Amino acid sequence: MGQGILLSDGVDFMIKGVFKYRFFGHEVWITTTHICMLIILACLIIFAMIAGHKMKKAQEVPTGFQNVVELIVEKLDGMAHSTMGSSAKKFANYIGTVFIFILISNFSGLLGLRPPTADYGVTLPLGIITFMLIHINQFKYNKPKAIWKDMCSPLPSWLPIWLPINIISELAVPISLSLRLFANVLSGTVMMALVYGLLRMVAIAWPAVLHAYFDLFSGAIQTYVFCMLTMTYIKNQIGEET
Amino acid sequence: MFDANFIKGCSAIGAGLAVIAGIGPGVGQGIAAGLGANAVGRNPGAKSDITSTMLLGQAVAETTGLYGLLVAMLLLFVQPLV
Repeated sequence: MGQGILLSDGVDFMIKGVFKYRFFGHEVWITTTHICMLIILACLIIFAMIAGHKMKKAQEVPTGFQNVVELIVEKLDGMAHSTMGSSAKKFANYIGTVFIFILISNFSGLLGLRPPTADYGVTLPLGIITFMLIHINQFKYNKPKAIWKDMCSPLPSWLPIWLPINIISELAVPISLSLRLFANVLSGTVMMALVYGLLRMVAIAWPAVLHAYFDLFSGAIQTYVFCMLTMTYIKNQIGEET
Repeated sequence: MFDANFIKGCSAIGAGLAVIAGIGPGVGQGIAAGLGANAVGRNPGAKSDITSTMLLGQAVAETTGLYGLLVAMLLLFVQPLV
């Protein structure tokens, strides 16, 4: 391909197609992203089923596995409550689900999978879901007049000069949310691919430190940031009174 | 008009220039971390709140640097100009 040192020497972090099929006359590829995501989803679903089965016969004094499940639920609910206050009840389930999914996706680089969040096709839908949630709640909790006034915000509402700029800034929210998550995970993936590809002989044991930073620390921070920003944006639209 | 290899070389130079965008977030995150340490020194009781706010702000500030990284990746691997 002639792409220089990067791709000639066993450095490989691209998404690869596994097999293709025809879908209404289009060629569609099943890629490594799909497969890694299916593995992660299978693990999460099995975990959820075991947890649900255990919690059906929950004990008064929790032991073992029940402790873990209660800890996870408590922490995620606490995170939602500390940001969204009284309106957290409606969103805690969604935020918790997204948090666990992104977290396990980011951590899956440790297991040799290619993290699904290093594919823009995974993070953009997450950003779009956030965008839809923001604007559904905006129309639910605000009067149309207040929304119009908010969109023309620095100037009075009969002078909509700032309207296009405000609309662009609204549209930038899902793009920046998804690009932030995507680029962080992608940079970690590229860095690890460079270390393993170019230093094949000397990359023994010490890349574990890099894994701890790029996969665990960076992945956890970005997960937290994605969920926090989603909650903050929704909370801004709901307002204080409810 | 130009040779494809010439464009590829220029793309590599452009990718190198694009990741200079990393300077800005570096300075910004450093300032945020310094002020976070300052705040913890003044009020050690609020350490967990300060840390989470600082990390959130740093991650948001990081976005501009990541845009530079993305431009570099696009120039190197997608090669839109060839």
